[in-house]
Amino acid sequence: MIGTSGGGKTTVLRLLGRQLRPLSGQVLFDGQDLAPLDLDGLYAVRRRMGMLFQFGALFTDLSVFENVAFPLREHTNLSEAMIRDLVLMKLNAVGLRGARDLMPSEVSGGMARRVALARAIALDPDLVLYDEPFAGLDPISLGVAARLIRDLNDALGLTSVIVSHDLHETFEIADEVAMVANGRVVAQGTPEELRHSKDPLVRQFVGAEADGPVRFHQPAKPVAEDFGVSA
Amino acid sequence: MIALATRIGAGMRLQLTDVGMSARLFFSLLARSPRALTRFVLVREQVFYLGNRSLSIIGVSGLFVGFVLALQGYYTLQRYGSAEAVGLLVALSLVRELGPVVTALLFAGRAGTSLTAEIGLMKAGEQLTAMEMMAVDPVQRVLAPRFWGGFIAMPLLAAVFSAVGIIGGWLVAVPLIGIDSGAFWSQMQGGVAVFADVGNGVVKSLVFGLTVSFIALLQGYACKPTPEGVSEATTRTVVLSSLAVLALDFMLTATMFSI
Repeated sequence: MIGTSGGGKTTVLRLLGRQLRPLSGQVLFDGQDLAPLDLDGLYAVRRRMGMLFQFGALFTDLSVFENVAFPLREHTNLSEAMIRDLVLMKLNAVGLRGARDLMPSEVSGGMARRVALARAIALDPDLVLYDEPFAGLDPISLGVAARLIRDLNDALGLTSVIVSHDLHETFEIADEVAMVANGRVVAQGTPEELRHSKDPLVRQFVGAEADGPVRFHQPAKPVAEDFGVSA
Repeated sequence: MIALATRIGAGMRLQLTDVGMSARLFFSLLARSPRALTRFVLVREQVFYLGNRSLSIIGVSGLFVGFVLALQGYYTLQRYGSAEAVGLLVALSLVRELGPVVTALLFAGRAGTSLTAEIGLMKAGEQLTAMEMMAVDPVQRVLAPRFWGGFIAMPLLAAVFSAVGIIGGWLVAVPLIGIDSGAFWSQMQGGVAVFADVGNGVVKSLVFGLTVSFIALLQGYACKPTPEGVSEATTRTVVLSSLAVLALDFMLTATMFSI
């Protein structure tokens, strides 16, 4: 899901995890409407979802290992040995088995996001939601993150929903792209289709043009009036 | 005129919203407490953190309060020729009043602020939301253990405060002023009742423990998730807890006198 800032991408993501309740309409997860669920029902559904937050949202008082172990400890009665193996497997999948004893304050932004990804897939979810997974990463971490999202998606048989305004990376790994602007889906299709779209808004966004349907200038009084000169 | 009425009305509504929010959090804390208390290891951890963090400040303050109490007590009592009763005076003041109250004030400043900041920063870093998305209830997993941890830690800290204070009182009264050590202790032993005096103090510190922990958690949980929001919330924790402790102290003391 791509789109302009403030266009409603994150709102859609929040609706999917029902952090927000829709005022009207339905949000279906595996055929089940999320809106009328009570807390227990919602939590049952959320156990089948993972979410990666923009800056990882790791628990700062727990080590990398304990962060990934957290959902397992909360939701399962697995033995300590089993938890250890599972956590190390998940950490290995994101390449951070060696960072298990570090604290979140000791890892870089890119690493923190990979730890958060390991935590998000700890319970083998069916759906993983990514909130701006590429924001603020250096080119190496960015490439790693993109590759990782795609690989995990294929290896674990997930559905991945990515919210991003990083076109290049998103187009690289996405099967289907929806562009959201002004609270509506304005275009939808494969990355290839969107690249060749005739829609002026999509063209402006994909071509990164400063002016177009999304104005460069905030609406204001005419220039002449504001500067007090007669045209 | 209408503008004034609107302002008052809006202010009242805001206040009522706050009251409603606090009450909701309080009841959801209570409702989730049985489940939280079954994982007592989490509560025990908090008792350790909250208690241990505050131990040094409580100990040092207790010692000085004891020093001062003995000096001031001696100054008054020696006029009536009953300087030996200074031990009794120190012990009663500490156990009934100063132990619970000063401990609660220090606890609010030391542990309460760190609770607020911790919860506030967890909120600002989306950690609480992340927990909810993992189908873990933050009220049950994060708030409830801290709440009961504070409840348990407070009377323990008050006891330490009173004990250290009495030792401080002894240090001033006996080696410094020269009051007879036997008289100091026997007056104290004869005059302090377990249930009426020590019991009242314990009840007070339990009430203060609930109050201060709840205010600290509420401020953290309800704060704006920004750096300014967290710092404002920390300040409010100290102000509100101190006021609440002093007001409650008067009410509790008055009630206990009438029983």
